[in-house]
Amino acid sequence: MERSVIIAGFGGQGVILAGKILAQAGMNHGLEVTWMPSYGPEMRGGTANCTIVLSDEPVGSPIVDEATGLIAMNIPSLDKFESSVSEGGTIVVNRSLIERKVDRSDVTARYVNINDIARDEVGNPRAINMVALGAYVKATGSVPLDVVMETMAQAMRESGKDKFIDMNSAALEAGYNAA
Amino acid sequence: MGERLLLRGNEVIAEAAIRAGCQCYFAYPITPQAELLEHLAHHMPRLGRTFVQAESEIAAVSMVFGAAGAGVRAMTSSSSPGISLKQEGISYLAGAHLPAVIVNVVRGGPGLGNIAPSQCDYFQATKGGGHGDYRLIVLGPSTVPEAGELTMLAFDLADQYRIPVMILADGLLGQMMEPVELPDPVDPESLPAKDWATTGAAGRDPNIVLSFDMDPNDLKRANLELQAKYRTITENEVRYEEMDTEDADIVIAAYGTIARISKSVVRMARKEGIKVGLFRPITLWPFPYEPLKALSEKAKTVLTVEMSAGQMWEDVRLAVAERAETPFYGEMGGIVPTPRAILSEVKKHVR
Amino acid sequence: MSANLDSMVKVFERPQALTDARFTYCPGCHHGIITRIIGDTIDELGITDRAVGIAPVGCSVFAYRYYTCDSQQVPHGRACAVATGIKRARQDTIVFSYQGDGDFASIGTAESIHAANRGENITVIFVNNQIYGMTGGEMAPTTLVGQKSATTPDGRDPSLFGYPIRFSEIIAQLDAPVYITRQAVYDTKHIMEATKAIKKAFQNQVDGKGYSLVEVLSACPVQWRMSPIQANAHIADTVTQVFPLGDLVDRG
Repeated sequence: MERSVIIAGFGGQGVILAGKILAQAGMNHGLEVTWMPSYGPEMRGGTANCTIVLSDEPVGSPIVDEATGLIAMNIPSLDKFESSVSEGGTIVVNRSLIERKVDRSDVTARYVNINDIARDEVGNPRAINMVALGAYVKATGSVPLDVVMETMAQAMRESGKDKFIDMNSAALEAGYNAA
Repeated sequence: MGERLLLRGNEVIAEAAIRAGCQCYFAYPITPQAELLEHLAHHMPRLGRTFVQAESEIAAVSMVFGAAGAGVRAMTSSSSPGISLKQEGISYLAGAHLPAVIVNVVRGGPGLGNIAPSQCDYFQATKGGGHGDYRLIVLGPSTVPEAGELTMLAFDLADQYRIPVMILADGLLGQMMEPVELPDPVDPESLPAKDWATTGAAGRDPNIVLSFDMDPNDLKRANLELQAKYRTITENEVRYEEMDTEDADIVIAAYGTIARISKSVVRMARKEGIKVGLFRPITLWPFPYEPLKALSEKAKTVLTVEMSAGQMWEDVRLAVAERAETPFYGEMGGIVPTPRAILSEVKKHVR
Repeated sequence: MSANLDSMVKVFERPQALTDARFTYCPGCHHGIITRIIGDTIDELGITDRAVGIAPVGCSVFAYRYYTCDSQQVPHGRACAVATGIKRARQDTIVFSYQGDGDFASIGTAESIHAANRGENITVIFVNNQIYGMTGGEMAPTTLVGQKSATTPDGRDPSLFGYPIRFSEIIAQLDAPVYITRQAVYDTKHIMEATKAIKKAFQNQVDGKGYSLVEVLSACPVQWRMSPIQANAHIADTVTQVFPLGDLVDRG
């Protein structure tokens, strides 16, 4: 079984980090994984995206024609990648910033008010990436929430950001519950 | 081998260099290999080793020349335009029989090109690049773990044959992350002595590192020595991988990133009942001509796929000759062909 | 001859640091003198078994043949970068580069300046003869205004080719270098002074003080179309007007 997800948004929305934590969580969960970023000037303020492949056998291509999942953090991301989701796939839509519905009827769409939840429930607008990730793992079941949480905590500890662990845990949980 | 870590290709190459006992690293920043430089900027001084951000690519490779000539393991890295600048030093390294490792995280060209993944420097790496009759051992890693393994191997081969070795990666391999178990560090004491190095002529005749001889007969002899070394390497160091080739009608010939993407293509094609295999050169020089020749006796088609206009394709055709069809599919400019794009090329050759 | 050999004192001999190889330099050229001074210095400091010389591209390309210490022959202009590599790899070695004006001050501009700016603990001997001797007498970055060369047949016209570059003065603007001096060897007095300067430049490295540069004004009678005596007078009278002798930096 191979799952893949494209996480896309504005630079600064934390999509690259969310992708790294998902990939790391997948690895910790015993899966084979690849993480591939868009890179270059667009990292600094333009659009950003990364592709994660999670598989129970060695990953061949780290790039995919169609991903089984998409997290669209803003309108350009949904516009660009909606057609890149495979039939039966899952799209997490950030309804806080995206007014339109998903055009396709052959995918599952989960509309989550990511920015509102981060701001109002978590109390930190910057937690949107973890809200999104929580929603995605609920919607797809690709990696258990507790593995993602522990992976996030480990990543925070390793980069000396222990103080953000509780906030990010709350964000993952809030996203999970909202999806 | 230790725990599994999720690391970028660039970081793994850097970390493998440390574990291979690289004492000196010199480089100039360029995308998409900056993480390699940054990793070593952080770690080398803490290990009591040398990191210098050089004033140019030319200076960086010249520093490698000095350090390699002084007998320590030395490395530089860059991406395509920077590797062009290094060609002077690479030619001198080859001519002076100096062991060194050069990493090229290839990006789109020619000229400034762009920073997206490409394989457009194959000719430069395998056919020369600098002046003179010389070769590099060129290793083409396909995955992040293999980038680490081949970096370790590069230092060993460089020392064993006193030759510059190039790791020919690409922007995608450099930037992507994948789980990896880092190789165990080598014991510096276990490395072979370098009695030719300029370590100070205490109790011995002077050692001279040079690539220069004004006498044509002597320079001819020096060249014959190089060629003899290259023959030995060709006989002993060819490395390649085959996947599902036993019954394949169509063999995809690809290296590096494209080879790993092609593994997905082979699986997809096999599910559809198409007999496809993969031939992946690991040493791009010496190129595995003989194994590919043997494959072409059985396969009907050898489809070369590259992120270039068809560079390795020339070696594939040399190996295959008229024994099989040798079509080509390539993307340029930083476009990475997807599995489906390659599969549709494969299907054009199904009979 | 009825001299009593036992009572004689040897006052002059070939330095131990030099091999028996004959110099390839032309009559009246100063490279030989400068090479000998370096040999004497290596002897005096007792560093033959630690020294690593760097031979450039140019008239002194064969420099590696002349020393009994280790040497590397390196790409044109890259001597200071190579020196950086050697010294960083083996800090116990005494690394000196020997470079002409084309090597040091033209094609090696970046390498020369940045090694100095990093304060590499190396010794640079920069031989300035204002001409490309080996390739046939073409213009050097240091060629004087009006000076004829193979590529300035009507004399160096600054409006087309710029002015002679005072490279040591440029490097003297940097914070890191410990010792920068310009010397000449056209007569005994100056040979004595140049010897002192070169010794100091090596001693600085032995003492771990950092980057030292000795520029030596050198004659090229063949390409200058002068006799050796005329060439020496030319340095004394004309070249030193453009390239004044003396210390530019001494932070030792």
